[in-house]
Amino acid sequence: MEKLGALLGKVWQLIVRRIDSYLMAAALAIAGVGMITLVSASDQSVGRLTSQALSLGFALVLMWAIANIAPQRLARVALPLYLVAVALLVAVAVGGTLVNGSRRWLSIGIARFQPSELMKIALPLMLAWYFQRRETRIHLFDYALALVLIAVPVVLVRRQPDLGTALIIGATGFYVLYLAGLSWKVIIGLVAIGAAAAPLIWPHLHDYQQERILTFLDPSRDPLGAGYHSSQASIALGSGGVIGKGWLNGTQTHLDFLPERHTDFIFAVFGEEFGLIGASVLLLLYVLLIGRALAITMNASTMFTRLVSGAITLMFFTYAFVNMAMVSGVLPVVGVPLPLVSFGGTALISLFIGLGILMSVQANRKLVST
Amino acid sequence: MRRLFSQRGNRAFSPPELKDPERESLRFRRRLLIAGALMITAFGGLFGRFFYLQVIQHGHYQTLAESNRVAIVPIAPNRGVITDRNGVVLAQSYSAYTLEIMPSRVTNLEATIDQLAKIVEVQPRDRKRFKRLLDESKRLESVPLRTRLTDEEVARFAVNQYRFPGVDIKARLFRQYPFGEIASQLIGYVSRINDKDLERIDDWNETANYKGSDYIGKVGVELSYERELHGGTGVEEVEVDSSGRAVRTLSRTPPVSGNNLRLALDIQLQKIAEEAFGTRRGALVAIDPATGEILAYVSRPGFDPNLFVDGIDPSSWEQLNDSPDKPLLNRPLRGAYPPGSTIKPYLALAALTSGKRTATQTIFDPGYYQIAGSTHRFRDDKPGGHGYVDMTKSIVASCDTYYYMLAGETDIDDTYAFMSQFGFGQKTGIDLEGELPGVLPSRTWKRERFSGSNYREEHRKWYLGDSISAGIGQGYNAFTPLQQAQAIAIIANDGVAMRPRAVKAIENTRTGALRELPSERTHALAVKPQDLAVIKKALIGVPREGTSAAAFVGSKYISAGKTGTAQVYSLKGERYSARIDEHLRDHAWYAAYAPADKPKIALAVLVENGGFGAQAAAPIARIVLDYYLLGQKPGAAPGAGKVEPPRESDDESD
Repeated sequence: MEKLGALLGKVWQLIVRRIDSYLMAAALAIAGVGMITLVSASDQSVGRLTSQALSLGFALVLMWAIANIAPQRLARVALPLYLVAVALLVAVAVGGTLVNGSRRWLSIGIARFQPSELMKIALPLMLAWYFQRRETRIHLFDYALALVLIAVPVVLVRRQPDLGTALIIGATGFYVLYLAGLSWKVIIGLVAIGAAAAPLIWPHLHDYQQERILTFLDPSRDPLGAGYHSSQASIALGSGGVIGKGWLNGTQTHLDFLPERHTDFIFAVFGEEFGLIGASVLLLLYVLLIGRALAITMNASTMFTRLVSGAITLMFFTYAFVNMAMVSGVLPVVGVPLPLVSFGGTALISLFIGLGILMSVQANRKLVST
Repeated sequence: MRRLFSQRGNRAFSPPELKDPERESLRFRRRLLIAGALMITAFGGLFGRFFYLQVIQHGHYQTLAESNRVAIVPIAPNRGVITDRNGVVLAQSYSAYTLEIMPSRVTNLEATIDQLAKIVEVQPRDRKRFKRLLDESKRLESVPLRTRLTDEEVARFAVNQYRFPGVDIKARLFRQYPFGEIASQLIGYVSRINDKDLERIDDWNETANYKGSDYIGKVGVELSYERELHGGTGVEEVEVDSSGRAVRTLSRTPPVSGNNLRLALDIQLQKIAEEAFGTRRGALVAIDPATGEILAYVSRPGFDPNLFVDGIDPSSWEQLNDSPDKPLLNRPLRGAYPPGSTIKPYLALAALTSGKRTATQTIFDPGYYQIAGSTHRFRDDKPGGHGYVDMTKSIVASCDTYYYMLAGETDIDDTYAFMSQFGFGQKTGIDLEGELPGVLPSRTWKRERFSGSNYREEHRKWYLGDSISAGIGQGYNAFTPLQQAQAIAIIANDGVAMRPRAVKAIENTRTGALRELPSERTHALAVKPQDLAVIKKALIGVPREGTSAAAFVGSKYISAGKTGTAQVYSLKGERYSARIDEHLRDHAWYAAYAPADKPKIALAVLVENGGFGAQAAAPIARIVLDYYLLGQKPGAAPGAGKVEPPRESDDESD
């Protein structure tokens, strides 16, 4: 009996050896919030809950597996992974499945899969690997090459069209450049060029994207059309008040006024039913998760791990911020899910892979803090 | 910070010769801390936004969420029932299922209707009507495709409903008229509320009360008593989802049913009267002279009011609207016809009153009348003339020359003043909307009638010839059948005018209280009783031995009456014959009351293009009087109810 206990203890030790408990706790708490909200958002649809729970289980296994891979090995697969991801994006552009007017999905046997999600992980790995190789002699040329490496997937995803994901991928790539030490002058210069280019980009945006931006600038412009999402989400949040209407009691949610309420707009459901208190708790959980990820990044031992974990941390933040800002009407409507909360297996998996990488980095941190 | 900035800036552009891992790491940490600070700031901003939405603006959004969630649904009240004087139902409401389409939520209407046609019966007629209603409706309204679904059809659709977003079954109140064409112009009908009706409702300040109503009275009593019949709309507060579907009821104020109307009409009498017309066009109004109650109100041909209730289909509408027989014309109220000889007793009374004639004074009728200094002869109907004629004979035999002479001696404005007392040229004030005044000519009238710039002074001037024509009920005279009935009822009621009315009593459906509407005496004729007695006596002579004697052979009561034949077309010496196109034939009139000593009913009959009043109109009056006074149905009494077609005639006078 004792032996068995000891054996089980050993097995448990083996499992949790490279799992960061803080990160894990914050992530599971957020995912728990997600499941609870999903029950309400999907009108207690067993199918959706099961599907999400299965994805969560699979994502945890993947996370564990990646946490157990040493960062050096991850660095070795960075280039092939990036190339495969680009190839898949090209494949999607050529023969992807059309859903809601966008070509984002690739059918592989029983499952459908979004290569753009893979790219979210592959791009920072690729860039971090590249900068690691050039660590002592980074030139302006290297940044230029990195920009090309970023631009290729961004353009491909942007063409699907999936502006939200393209922005996330672009941002993640930029984070690597920023952390790798890209000069402030260049950063400011890029921002200035971006601002100047906006009027040039405008005509190339899709009608619905232009519409969203115009609606964002004036939500009352078209309350039943493009502004509908945004104004109904604001009503949901605002009517939730401080303590919320209570779980399963959101009228905006259950009377069908909230669109896309189990995916991109799930935060409106949460805010309506759990109020400012709930929203603050969720915000705090994200702060804890990101804070822990920052700590891990601080202690990362190599340039590769620093850049990868830093980029993933900032990506997490970007997801959470852009989504909540969009739902609360601070940013225009772009299709960005709320990390670990929105329904959707692919996003969940890529996020947990990111967490797995962070854990791997943490397990291989510098032993002496500097 | 500034130092670091410039330092790093230089480095990016001029690669350092020596790499210092410590400095590298320090720079990375600094950048990470900047990012961390930015993230905290951003999340702080988000918290601020949540606080703004959920605390500061909470009230505002709470209201918006409530107005999203709660819909005020009006509940249409039950429209009042219309019955005849004996309680026979003439118009009632019932609830039925309709299949309705919300056009804004259906992308391909044609395909949807084709699919629906496989489940419930959809006639081409339904499609046409749907198209018409669709054109008239607002974008967000649901439009009925089929009405009165059977239970089986309702069940079949319910099973398939998921295939038809934007299509729904609704329970709606319908109006039904069990007698169809019978009395349709009096009862009228309801139909879907249109923009004009909305203005009317707005004028009443009743917009809120009509929120749930689909129908409104358009014609007849349904129109005139709309506000009694409609009732009060109830309100239901329901929780709705984003598609507007009701999820549950929060509160409910029940509707108040409209009041029931009891008409003065006797539907059995009405049926007999309508049947008496056969296929001929015309009108009949029967009045209880003592009360002014409308006992019968015929306008032929009629129409089926049930066609209008769900929105009439275009082909039925065209058929009714374009028919030369004008079934949609409300003849008693709005049809104006020259009165012909039916005007004579009133002119005779005027002569007695003014002293221009005494009862016994005679004139000689050579068969024509000539104005001094003119060669034109106003011809009498009887070639060779009636010889010596006193007032009684002038009425009984309907002598034209007597009245040509009288008219020649009387100023038209004096005639106008006296005749106005019978209500000619003005509205009778019946409780029905849309009444027309007809024409009672006078100098002022003619001047106004021809005041347009395309007329000259000679058109506006009154001529003696105008007076002569008017003297036998031709010329400019144009009376409605209702006015004719009212005039003879005034004679029957010894000169006292009662306001004619269609509705006898109003029943409050909540309390059950029946409120009898009082009869209203409007005025009395300014005549001497003995003069009136002369006229009444002469009127009794008409069916006994005069122009309508043939129609009243063997009648078991004493009636009084006057025939009339109104010219539509001047024969100019041609013989009146069946060869003349029917629409150019004369209109036949008969005005009567009975029993003569204590009249219970007064009526006016008009048969359009019926020819002689004696032949076409008087027999219809006989049928109606026989039924009303004796309970005899047509054909039961020998000699009664035989309506003869106009025949060639050379000695008949009217």
